[in-house]
Amino acid sequence: MSQSKLPSTLKIGVSRGFLELKQFFRQRESVVFTLLFPVLLLLIFGSVFKDEIAPGVTFSQYFVAGMIASGLVNTGFQQLAITIPMERDDGTLKRLRGTPAPASSYFIGKIILVFVSMSIQVILLLIFGVLLYGISLPSDGAHWLTFIWVMLLGLISSTLLGIAFSSVPKSGRGASAVVSPIVIILQFFSGVFFVFTQLPTWMQNFAAIFPLKWLTQGMRAVFLPDSFAAQEVAGSWELGKIALLLGAWSVAGFFLALKTFRWEK
Amino acid sequence: MSSNSSAIEVRGLLKSYSNHVAVAGIDLDVKKGEIFALLGPNGAGKTTTVEILEGYRYRDGGSVSVLGVDPADTDVRAWRNRIGIVLQSTKDAADLTVEEAISHFAGYYSHPRNVDEVINAVGLNEKRKAKGEQLSGGQRRRLDVALGILGNPELLFLDEPTTGFDPEARRAFWDLIRQLKSDGTTILMTTHYLDEAEALADRLAVMTDGKILEVSTPTLLGGRARAKARVSWSENGKSNLELTDSPTQFVNQLSVRIGGEIQDLSVSRPNLEDIYLEMIGEKV
Repeated sequence: MSQSKLPSTLKIGVSRGFLELKQFFRQRESVVFTLLFPVLLLLIFGSVFKDEIAPGVTFSQYFVAGMIASGLVNTGFQQLAITIPMERDDGTLKRLRGTPAPASSYFIGKIILVFVSMSIQVILLLIFGVLLYGISLPSDGAHWLTFIWVMLLGLISSTLLGIAFSSVPKSGRGASAVVSPIVIILQFFSGVFFVFTQLPTWMQNFAAIFPLKWLTQGMRAVFLPDSFAAQEVAGSWELGKIALLLGAWSVAGFFLALKTFRWEK
Repeated sequence: MSSNSSAIEVRGLLKSYSNHVAVAGIDLDVKKGEIFALLGPNGAGKTTTVEILEGYRYRDGGSVSVLGVDPADTDVRAWRNRIGIVLQSTKDAADLTVEEAISHFAGYYSHPRNVDEVINAVGLNEKRKAKGEQLSGGQRRRLDVALGILGNPELLFLDEPTTGFDPEARRAFWDLIRQLKSDGTTILMTTHYLDEAEALADRLAVMTDGKILEVSTPTLLGGRARAKARVSWSENGKSNLELTDSPTQFVNQLSVRIGGEIQDLSVSRPNLEDIYLEMIGEKV
């Protein structure tokens, strides 16, 4: 029996993607936790902190940009780093390994899941951001282009790092307790819940190592007026540096994922 | 190394975990088309052996050929297409229906069986819309078997397949396994149930402490065919027992002596379980 008759890696991967989505939407906790919780946070924070932080920019707007960036981390890194250990525990991974499906098909399925849940997340946040908090969608091609590449680099780095980090939690049950605090701390440090430039310098320096800080900055470049760039740490959006840092994390995530991924406990 | 009549050839297989030897140099041959049962107490090394054959674990030494391929080779997609695996216990796919799980996994193979046929074969037709988490233990196991045979495997691994089955489900499962065998599938199974091994296996091996004690058939294992028959009866209110090589002659003489109906007469040979317990008892 030749290998050429086997379904292709991509075909199995796409069918896994649809299966992953079906399973995702059947688990009410995952839908609420992954998709609706950030929207809820947006409504709470956006309604409480309405002050202007610069001429024509309210904290709510600043927060919407930060939450969209967080959405990339929630639906990629956090979701995968929690669900993959659960799939390792319940035997999903072991079963897959016993079939002709290659590992890459499993990862393609995960990328599809992350892409769809990430898109839903971003769209939900944008709808509320536009309707309630005066965020305006980019009006020109350059800003949309920035949005697309920041999203894409966010998707790639967040997904790969989520796969890499899935080897850290010892069990599926404990995964959430290991992963969620990391994400929440990064959110505090990276300019989601507070204006980044108002944080202590050591916090800023620490956050600057990780992708979330750069994702929030990229999203601010898309959704806040260009005049706000002067309020950033470097006095500009630093788009080149954002691309470089996110690219570097993507490459690191790729090799870490390859090196650390485990099928079994 | 692999001859055409062998589905599995193992020579000098070794596997240790930290400082405990799980498999201590075993040889094993499973012929194409046969049902081979691996018996042994917990911790004997059965699952480790089977998982090395399935490509889940790497060995420390010895040679292994499964359908002519070394399972430790890196590119094994085409090989996995030819084998089916039913793992010991699973709880994945809990939120998928029987039908969804089976039709999804069918998409992994080059020549999958028909989904409806498989669902019927394992007797889950009434449960096809039920989710994995809604199935009873036995039904869940049948779903595992369905996923194992879905790819039309040449070789099927069954690790304790009927644990938790009621007697009726076990009989139905045995019929399914016999059907697979008659279709030409080679089957390697581990089981704790000696009656299951006796009902299904063409040959079997008994394993303890990482070694194989004996490879034989259910009727010959442990000198079972040569074992003395037990004749027991009651006489004058006392029960008697005689171990003999010629039970017919003995019962004849007994009948003449007593001159009528012999009370509580029973003639039995040691069953596979007696033989097995004696074999592993020697080691314990």
